[in-house]
Amino acid sequence: MNAINEAISPDAGVAVGNIEINGVGIELGRGADRFEAVRNLDLDIPAGQFVCLLGPSGCGKSTLLGAIAGHIRATHGAVRLDGERINGPHPDRGLVFQHHTLFPWKKVIDNVAFGLKMKGVAKAERNKRALELIKLVGLGGFENRYPAQLSGGMQQRVEIARVLINHPRVLLMDEPFGALDALTRNMMQELLLEVWEKIRTTVVFVTHDIDEALFLADRVIVMTHRPGRLLADIPIGFPRPRNRDLLTAPEFVAIKRQCLHLLHGEHEQFKQADPLQRLSPLGPSLITETQVHLSE
Amino acid sequence: MSNQAVASRGNVEPGAAQAPALRSRPAAPASSRFAVGGGRHAAIKLASVAAFIALWQWLSSNHVDLKIITFANIPAPSDVAPAFLNLLESPKLAAHIGNSLWRVFAGFIAAAALGIGLGLIVGRSRWVADILMPPLEILRPIPGVAWIPVAILAFPSSEASMIFITFMGALFPVLLNTIHGVESVDPRLIATARSLGAKPLSIFLEVILPSATPSITTGLAIGMGTAWFCLVTAEMISGEFGIGYFTWESYSLQNYADILVGMVFIGAFGMLSSVFIKQAGRALTPWLATQEKQH
Repeated sequence: MNAINEAISPDAGVAVGNIEINGVGIELGRGADRFEAVRNLDLDIPAGQFVCLLGPSGCGKSTLLGAIAGHIRATHGAVRLDGERINGPHPDRGLVFQHHTLFPWKKVIDNVAFGLKMKGVAKAERNKRALELIKLVGLGGFENRYPAQLSGGMQQRVEIARVLINHPRVLLMDEPFGALDALTRNMMQELLLEVWEKIRTTVVFVTHDIDEALFLADRVIVMTHRPGRLLADIPIGFPRPRNRDLLTAPEFVAIKRQCLHLLHGEHEQFKQADPLQRLSPLGPSLITETQVHLSE
Repeated sequence: MSNQAVASRGNVEPGAAQAPALRSRPAAPASSRFAVGGGRHAAIKLASVAAFIALWQWLSSNHVDLKIITFANIPAPSDVAPAFLNLLESPKLAAHIGNSLWRVFAGFIAAAALGIGLGLIVGRSRWVADILMPPLEILRPIPGVAWIPVAILAFPSSEASMIFITFMGALFPVLLNTIHGVESVDPRLIATARSLGAKPLSIFLEVILPSATPSITTGLAIGMGTAWFCLVTAEMISGEFGIGYFTWESYSLQNYADILVGMVFIGAFGMLSSVFIKQAGRALTPWLATQEKQH
C-alpha cells in the first residue's frame, strides 16, 4: 500500500483537484453548422470526489469533459482547476476515451511510462514505476505485449495506468467501458473503484448507463438534452467499498427510478428532434485544431 | 499486499483468455507463402516453374513461329545456362554488378533521404505544402526514364546522370507515401500525447514518425522497384558498365544468350533488393506483425 502510493504520487500530500465550472457555455462548429452544445452551466466539484455526468446521448457531457481536459475552449464562462483557468491539455488532467488511444507501436510498459518519459524521467526509474502501475491495474505479466495483443478490457486498463502515472489531479473518463461486454464492464467498474480507493484523485466520469453512474459515483449530475444544462444534482451516499449487491438494494432502485424519470422526461420532450452525432471530447474540428496547435 | 486481490482478479478476466498467446506463435513473415504451406504446395509451385522453363525450351529449340510472335531468334534455356556460367567466371561480372549496385543505392538513398525528409515536413505544414508541392505535382507524372535526355545534357558525367535518373524514379513513390503516412496519423493519438505532456518535437518523434513508418516503408519498397527499372534503362543508353549495359551490349554484339543472362541478373537483383527493403521495414515495425496475426 505504501509502496503503491509512493509509486503513484511521490509528491502527494496536497489535497488538490477542485474543479469549478462557472457559467460555462460551449458552441461548436463553424458557420451554418454552429450549434450550442452546453449552456450556462455551473458546477463545483470538490477535490477527491467521484462525479458521474449522466445524460442522453448528444447532451454535451463529452463536450463538457473536453472543456475540463482543455481540448475544447469554453465559449462563455470559465473552467478552473484549483483556481487556475484551464486553457489547454495538461498531464494534470488525464483523459480516457471509450476507444483506447494507446500508441500501437509501443509495448504496454512504454505506453504506461510515456508521461514520465515526457517529463524526462530516466528509463530505469520510469519502467519501475510503470510496472507498479501495470500490476495495480491487474496486468502484471503483460507489460511486453503490444496493445493489439490485448482484449478491449485490458487495453482500457493500460489506458488508465498510463493516465495515473502522471498522478493527475483529475481523472476524466468518457464512457471508458462503453465498448466492453457486460461482464468485462462490471469487472472494470470494480477495478476502477479499487484503484480509486488507493489513488484518491477527482474523477469525472461520463456515462449514459444509470447503473454504472450510481454504482461508481459520490454524486451524479444529470444533464438535459442539447444544449446541455444541469437537470439534477444527486448525492449518492452508499457506503464504500461497494459491491454488486448494491444494484438490487431498495435505496439504489429508488434513485435509479428517479434518474429514469428524469431521463425519460428529457427523451419524451426531444424524441422528435433529429438524431444527434456522438461528440468527442476533442471537439468536431479535431484535425485542423491539432494541426494549428502543432504549428504554433 | 493489498493489490493482490486486484491483480489476481485481473488474470481471470474473460478477455484475458482470448488474448493471443504471443510466445507460442511462430514468426510467420508475409512472404512465406512460397516457403510454408505444406510440401504439396511447394511441389506444385516448383513444378509450375519447371513447366514454364520446359515450354520456353520447346518454343525456342523448335523455332516456333506464331506469326505475331516468333521464337526463332530467342535463345533456349539450354543456351542461356552455359552463358550464365560463363559470365559467373568472367572478371567483368563484378564490375557490372558493382556499378549497378552502386548507382541504384546512391540514387535510392538520395531519393529516400529527400523523399522522407520533405514528406515529413510537407505532411505537417500546409505552408510548406503550398510552396513546394505545385512544382513537384507538375513533375510527378513524368516517368524517370523520360528524364534521360535532359539528364545527359545537365550532367557532364554519365555516372551522375544515371544516378540522377534512378533518383527521379525512386523519389515520388517515397515522397508521396511519406506524405500520406503523415497525413493519416490518428489525430486522437496526437491529442493524447499532448495531454500526457508531449511537446511538438516529442509528438513528432514519438507519434507522427512511428505512425507514418509503415507507409514510408511501402514507399521505399515501391521506390526500390522503380529505381531498378530506371537504372537498367539508363544504363542501356549511357552506361559503360552495369547489368543494363551488359544486356544491351549483348544485343548489339548479337550474343543473344547473354541478353537473357542479363535479364536473369536484373530480375534477381531487383528481387533481392526489394526483399532487403521489406525485411528492413519489418524490423522497423515490429508491432504490425502482431496485428497481422490477429486476423
